[in-house]
Amino acid sequence: QNYPLYIRSVPTENELKFHYTVHTSLDVVDEKISAMGKALVDQRELYLGLLYPTEDYKVYGYVTNSKVKFVMVVDSSNTALRDNEIRSMFRKLHNSYTDIMCNPFYNPGDRIHSRAFDTMVNSMMMQVC
Amino acid sequence: ITEVCGAKRMGYFGPAQFYIALKLIAAAQSGFPVRIESIKNELPLPRFVALKNDTEVRYGTPAEFHGVKFQVPHATLEKNSYKRTDEGDKQEPKSPPMSPICSPPASPSTYQRIPLSYGYGKARSGLEHQHGAPYEVRHSTHQQDGPSSGNYGAKSAPTCSTTNRSLSVEREQQDSSTQYSDDPWRITEEQRDYYINQFRSLQPDLNAFISGSVAKNFFTKSKLPIPELSHIWELSDVDCDGALTLPEFCAAFHLVVARKNGYQLPETLPETLLPEYLQAACLKPMCDCALFDSYSEPLPSSQQARDFSRTEKSSAEEVPDNSALLQDGKKDDKQAPKVNTSLKTIPKEFQHLTVKAAAQEPNALRARPRSRSYSSTSIEDAMKKGEEPPTPPPRPQKSHSRASSLDLNKIFQQNTQAVRSGWLPPPPPALPPRPSVSQTEQPSEVELHPQMNRPPSQAEENSSAKKEVVLAQPPSKPARRKLRTEAQGLETPELSPTRNVTSSLPAVKPHLPVQKQPSKQKRAIQTAIRKNKEANAVLARLNSELQQQLKEVHKERIALETQLEQLRPVTVL
Repeated sequence: QNYPLYIRSVPTENELKFHYTVHTSLDVVDEKISAMGKALVDQRELYLGLLYPTEDYKVYGYVTNSKVKFVMVVDSSNTALRDNEIRSMFRKLHNSYTDIMCNPFYNPGDRIHSRAFDTMVNSMMMQVC
Repeated sequence: ITEVCGAKRMGYFGPAQFYIALKLIAAAQSGFPVRIESIKNELPLPRFVALKNDTEVRYGTPAEFHGVKFQVPHATLEKNSYKRTDEGDKQEPKSPPMSPICSPPASPSTYQRIPLSYGYGKARSGLEHQHGAPYEVRHSTHQQDGPSSGNYGAKSAPTCSTTNRSLSVEREQQDSSTQYSDDPWRITEEQRDYYINQFRSLQPDLNAFISGSVAKNFFTKSKLPIPELSHIWELSDVDCDGALTLPEFCAAFHLVVARKNGYQLPETLPETLLPEYLQAACLKPMCDCALFDSYSEPLPSSQQARDFSRTEKSSAEEVPDNSALLQDGKKDDKQAPKVNTSLKTIPKEFQHLTVKAAAQEPNALRARPRSRSYSSTSIEDAMKKGEEPPTPPPRPQKSHSRASSLDLNKIFQQNTQAVRSGWLPPPPPALPPRPSVSQTEQPSEVELHPQMNRPPSQAEENSSAKKEVVLAQPPSKPARRKLRTEAQGLETPELSPTRNVTSSLPAVKPHLPVQKQPSKQKRAIQTAIRKNKEANAVLARLNSELQQQLKEVHKERIALETQLEQLRPVTVL
């Protein structure tokens, strides 16, 4: 469980560090999910907000109703990124993810190879960096 | 040649120059001296080695510009340039030479030998003048159309030409569908027919969706690797709804075919495969099929398509010439936009026409943003169609008799002029009554008809060509159509644009299919029932989703309340 369906970093050095950060942040996400509600898939906030800030970067989380988690790690020095921008980015991710889901050739749980998804993610990251 | 045709002087190849240059090339190749007068001779088509003309069927929707580079300028030029009379003049001299070539009606070879004349005339199927292209030029050249009912400048008369073309295509030999000219992403007419047949095999109603799982099974049979199929799906399912509409399906199938033939899949969907582009295109083949079917067995879906094209055409016709022409001329590639724009410009009275068009675009409607790109009236129309069911039954008989009086054969075989005249007799079925007229079927239809004939050249030609296509459809169709149009005309004024399009779509569908005369009504009712059921299913689904959301909200509320309760005693303390 909790294996990555898709992972992408820009710039590509220190990629492993980001992977590690994402992985550890999954715990925080899980904690938030469980804290929110015994009542399951109520319309709790999908956007989890800042998971935890470290000295270098901030980690944001977002979880879908089907327990698919999106984790975003951004540079702390990038103060231009505001919360609503993060939210919109997550929303775009979520929309792209649902588009992928619509593809009958995609089995949920597979790694995501969709080129459209890649394009979208790349454009988003370019925008931020 | 460049100098003679005037390009040197102008510094570029305008449409007229281009045509002249081509003619001169042909002359030179046949040994004639290169002079302006030479183009007046009867010339075979110039042969361009690079073009795969002979093997390709260049028909297809007018919007399709087969990859031949020469044709592209034709297309682009035609749109706007045809309007200009000078263009027309230039075409005049060209057309006579072409006509003999074009004359043999069922001349696939001729058609193929005229790759360059693609701009001039597409397949001649002896059908309508088709070339009713809105352009006056066409009008003047309709003589060519006579023998071959060549469609000139597909662009100008997109719907007409496609119909004719497709018809001719159907008659003529079909080259292997996987051959494209220069552009592998254009769907040729026969390809489209094949795709449509495949669609029918999966989903008899051409306006409905193919669900994801069905499509998945179908495409898996093509033995392409799953990631590629996944990518193809991504490209073709533009509205990302997990289902394929007819144009989406055509695009997907086309991509599969291309891939199997070694073409690499593009990263984004080529323009010619966009649903909007294909929508109009798909309708035409259906129209064509319908035309043929009229002799055999009309299929409801094809009829729908035909009606749609008919409505489009008729609507286009009725639109003031210029607007229709302009719109037609706008893009060679996008018939749908053209149709849509023309539909948009159609005055209110023709809204019923757009209704039919709207019916044809169920998918477009599904994707709301996309549907909005279409004429909004189409959505309204779709909605209006939903309200149609009660009205149809009584009508068919009346129109039926009238339809039977139509001399369909005559329509098909006559040249443009004949077509036009022959077109007149069956006015009522083809023409949706003006909303103002509304109730009176025949009078309104007749009214429309004469009106349609009124606009002198281009618009009329265009529309009449279109209408002819429509009219050519089996008698049962006119009857049915009449009902529909009338009902739609009635409905038109009432519908409000903003509605749940998806729900209206299924409602629209029932009206589309046209039935054969004998079982017309029954089938119409059955299809209407089916469509209503589909609409119900969609609404039920929506309902259940909303219910679920409501449940979640409830749960949240309960959770909050319990939290509040827990906190309260604490504060008290």
